[in-house]
Amino acid sequence: MEIKKITIIGGYGKDGSKEKVDQFDLISGDIISIVGPTGCGKTTLINDIELFANSNTPSGRIILINGEPIPEDFTFDPSKHPIALISQHTNFLSDLPVGEFLTIHAKIRGAKDVESVVEETIQFANQLTGEAIIKETAMTELSGGQTRSLLIADAVVIGNSPIILLDEIENAGINKTKALELLKKYDKLFVFVTHDPTIALLSDCRIIMKNGAMQKIVTSNPEERNAAEVLKKMDDTFLHFRGLIRAGEEIRNEDLNYIIN
Amino acid sequence: MKLIIFAGPPTCGKTTVIKQVIKRMITKKLKPSFIKIDVLYADEDETINKEFGIPTRKIYSGELCPDHCNVVVLDEAVEWAEKAGSDYLFVETAGLCLRCSPYVEKSLGIVVLEATSGMNLPRKIGPMLTLADISVITKIDLVSQAEREVFRYRVLESAKGITVVESNALYGIGIDPIVKQIIKTNDVEFPMFLRGNPPVGTCTICVGKKEIGAKNHFGVLRTMDHELFYVGE
Ligand SMILES: Nc1nc2c(ncn2[C@@H]2O[C@H](COP(=O)(O)OP(=O)(O)OP(=O)(O)O)[C@@H](O)[C@H]2O)c(=O)[nH]1
Ligand SMILES: Nc1ncnc2c1ncn2[C@@H]1O[C@H](COP(=O)(O)OP(=O)(O)OP(=O)(O)O)[C@@H](O)[C@H]1O
Ligand SMILES: [Mg+2]
Ligand SMILES: [Mg+2]
Ligand SMILES: [Zn+2]
Repeated sequence: MEIKKITIIGGYGKDGSKEKVDQFDLISGDIISIVGPTGCGKTTLINDIELFANSNTPSGRIILINGEPIPEDFTFDPSKHPIALISQHTNFLSDLPVGEFLTIHAKIRGAKDVESVVEETIQFANQLTGEAIIKETAMTELSGGQTRSLLIADAVVIGNSPIILLDEIENAGINKTKALELLKKYDKLFVFVTHDPTIALLSDCRIIMKNGAMQKIVTSNPEERNAAEVLKKMDDTFLHFRGLIRAGEEIRNEDLNYIIN
Repeated sequence: MKLIIFAGPPTCGKTTVIKQVIKRMITKKLKPSFIKIDVLYADEDETINKEFGIPTRKIYSGELCPDHCNVVVLDEAVEWAEKAGSDYLFVETAGLCLRCSPYVEKSLGIVVLEATSGMNLPRKIGPMLTLADISVITKIDLVSQAEREVFRYRVLESAKGITVVESNALYGIGIDPIVKQIIKTNDVEFPMFLRGNPPVGTCTICVGKKEIGAKNHFGVLRTMDHELFYVGE
């Protein structure tokens, strides 16, 4: 089944009152952000999408696919699940070595050339991490940043799903500008749960959440694109200094010229 | 009487799943009852009775293998549930024995596994998984989607054709399909028979006598209310 449109039908917030946004369409190719304070229900919302909620989750939301509800008995062949969810987890519980885990996952997902898909996944992940991930390492031994890098790479390369939900990719010290750049090469529907203003402003629109409920939808205006560019430069500045500090360099007054330029 | 037997390693979420199921059964005006068979300690009978007001009991297997205990008391348990006026008997087993399997023919066998356990678990637990009808994978909220897919694959690799249901049992996610299967289950028929072949051994159960009920066995036995006694030469 090709998914062109996903519709979220609003349910109820934590206090049981109806959500202010009662319907919202996610169209293939869109980049959407979900923003709001910690604990406001952002993760719950993307979980609802991934599970194709049908009034059977705590929020009471309904998710439609191409305008239709999911039939009651319908279960996805998980190998064809059209939605990849990159959760907030920063550690794996699976006790397999990275290479073996990815090989099984690539087989489940029907990869034609399993070996090269696994290589591509590890390479993708290693562009986001500080220290490279080695195939023989146990999944459980990966650091927080390595875990999230691998989750993103796995979803995009192995999962190859048309819809990707990402929960706070900016966390755990991965290179988020690089991640955005890599992700944008793939033509997919991206939903970012984020506390990061740059990511939010680079999206087509953002869902504002509070108290478990969607409050409103804000569409990005052209000026916000400029704002995002400025914020991105600030991020790059932070990354530049982080790089210097990590390399064991001392910071001098003249290094501040980097900010001015 | 429909007999629903839940097995699975300790703390995998059996009780949490059962409570979510019972909640939905009660909304549908169905009449479940509940028995917990455990080795040394269990409090599910009290908590479930308190929460839902349905008939509950517990049985300690003590010195017996809990699945052997299951074999010798289950006929009485079904009678007890009938007398208590219920139409569905939920049995939560201790799930410790990896050679035996508690499922009975014409019952619904549900194995509960947690997504957080090692990827080799499905290969280790034998008939508890392979003879079940449904495998409920709990705690999906604690692992990544990729790990869920690989764990599910490992379950299906060991138990081909089993129905897999993924659940966050705390929030009742994934419970509806289980309730549906339970309602579709046939009534048990007496005499009841064990579904699988018991392990090689020396007691009558172990040497392959699959008929349910203490009266059908020799050796060290028990009934629902009586502690261990010996029948035989
Ligand atoms: N996060 C999470 N926790 C769960 C889930 N299911 C169960 N738990 C928790 O896991 C723990 C054990 O759950 P129980 O339902 O008591 O497990 P059990 O299999 O009945 O345990 P025993 O009868 O003692 O063998 C409890 O703290 C539950 O709250 C789930 O889907 N997600
Ligand atoms: N609509 C809702 N109805 C009932 N409970 C809700 C609802 N939305 C969220 N919750 C509950 O609120 C809690 C926090 O939600 P969630 O984890 O989704 O927050 P979050 O915005 O992702 O937070 P963080 O930024 O810390 O990751 C959870 O226990 C969740 O079940
Ligand atoms: Mg969250
Ligand atoms: Mg229990
Ligand atoms: Zn045994």
